[in-house]
Amino acid sequence: MDYEGLREKAKDIRIDIIRAVYSAGSGHPGGSLSAADILAVLYFDEMKIDPKNPKMPGRDKFVLSKGHASPGIYAALAERGFFNRDDLVTFRKMGSMLQGHPDMVKVPGIEMSTGSLGQGISVAVGMALTNKLDKDPGRIYVLLGDGELQEGLVWEAFMSAAHYRLDNLTAVIDWNGLQIDGKNEDVMGVAPIDEKLKSFGWETLNIDGHDIEAIEVAFARAKACKNKPFAIIAKTIKGKGVSFMENDYSWHGKAPNGEQARKAIEELGGEW
Amino acid sequence: MADKMATRQAYGNTLAVLGSKDENIVVLDADLSGSTMTKVFAKEFPERFFNIGIAEQNLYGIAAGMAISGKTVFASTFAMFAAGRAFEIIRNSIGYTGANVKICATHAGVTVGEDGGSHQAIEDIALMRSIPGMTVINPSDGVSAAKLIEEAAAIAGPVYVRLGRAAVPILYSEDSDFQIGKAITLREGSDFTVIAAGIMVNEALLAAETLSQQGLSIRVLDMHTIKPIDEEAILKAASETKGIVTAEEHTVIGGLGSAVAEVTAKGHPVPMEFIGIKDVFGQSGKPDELLKAYNLTAEDIVFAVGKLKR
Repeated sequence: MDYEGLREKAKDIRIDIIRAVYSAGSGHPGGSLSAADILAVLYFDEMKIDPKNPKMPGRDKFVLSKGHASPGIYAALAERGFFNRDDLVTFRKMGSMLQGHPDMVKVPGIEMSTGSLGQGISVAVGMALTNKLDKDPGRIYVLLGDGELQEGLVWEAFMSAAHYRLDNLTAVIDWNGLQIDGKNEDVMGVAPIDEKLKSFGWETLNIDGHDIEAIEVAFARAKACKNKPFAIIAKTIKGKGVSFMENDYSWHGKAPNGEQARKAIEELGGEW
Repeated sequence: MADKMATRQAYGNTLAVLGSKDENIVVLDADLSGSTMTKVFAKEFPERFFNIGIAEQNLYGIAAGMAISGKTVFASTFAMFAAGRAFEIIRNSIGYTGANVKICATHAGVTVGEDGGSHQAIEDIALMRSIPGMTVINPSDGVSAAKLIEEAAAIAGPVYVRLGRAAVPILYSEDSDFQIGKAITLREGSDFTVIAAGIMVNEALLAAETLSQQGLSIRVLDMHTIKPIDEEAILKAASETKGIVTAEEHTVIGGLGSAVAEVTAKGHPVPMEFIGIKDVFGQSGKPDELLKAYNLTAEDIVFAVGKLKR
């Protein structure tokens, strides 16, 4: 898909995110909006996947290690045709497959149940290790939050990915700088992320996580990288695309009211 | 046949056998392969053995990822670090997803011995059986360990297998049959029942022998599967005998005794006594000294039956 098409998809994903969180009355819009461009490139260009055959052998797999960005991945899956977009309004409701955090048992296209931070990257290492063992060409993609890097398990997983030379594994770090209680640097500093990862044996690339072209180039670089896992450190804006949510950590985990949702969707270029 | 064998040794041997039959089996360890005995598999199938280093959370996260990718995964470390340290990874990445991981945890209970209380997992059964869908097995000897591990490999989904460090007497002949969830009646009896698991099964048999000399007929059940527990065997014992003593090398809070009591309290209340560790931590010592100190011997079971008699 061309850049313009991908930008359109990112916009649609953002509108879906607002709709889902608004209809649920709760959820995590900030960190979903920050990842929307990355998700658009992954689901509409980068990954070898088939919505008609979600378990296709040899497919690429995506693990949302920052599982609270579930509105983002649900929107991407729905836009890509894994399930009906109308299902998005059931998000977080009784009986819905769209649980507050992704459930692989329930949702087509969800490769791993996540939500408890740090576990997705560890599981992704297991998937990449298995593909190496089986000579499966499928690549493993994992999206982490920057605050999530405070989990010790993340570093255990980073260490093991480099040890086993998992060049079929690409991690994207959604570096929006904010977490529930405030700025990363105030709560528990994680910078410098690239130097830390390099010293753990990873190849890294810093990019603007809202620049579609840069995201594409980064994935191409990741694929070309041999014998090392590759981390894309994507500088993003939490709440990206909705003026009153941008860079405001209070939008980490709350839903807009009707008026706010209308304004958000209009700003994004959608119809209320 | 050796008259004594550690259940962890049986585990290592069984893994090697399973590995030659099924190429889909992979084994993971966290720098304890010489102690958990996964080294037996590692030596035969190095390409399917992965050392994750001293990182038990990552051990079970990677295990989940490999299982979800289609492998039958055996992932081992000491019970303390499996059920304890990695609890929430096991709960969310293995339990919640139903991943096909066999958590074979060794060095459980006080018979770890000299390493002391920090390394003596006495809460693991309680922790693991609280996870929905988790099968929990605690074999009593080398033969049952081998057979139950084969059974565990054959079923889909998460299984916790509790194994010990110390060599324990062989109780079964090689041709014995074991089925997950089905208790073995090792001794028929009509007065009282002792329901035991793990190393306490042998103590229960010794106690039954002593009690028979006092004219008491004691039924002994090897409750090797703590979840799903054999409700039928428990209710039968509750209705056919006058009381039940449970015996486990584990805290009395939440383990085998609790699991049995959950069945009797609902289905057929009977007087019960609970042999187990009484809400305290272990300490360094020789296994036999520790079993005595924490009242985990045949003598203690005899005493408990005596209390039921009164």
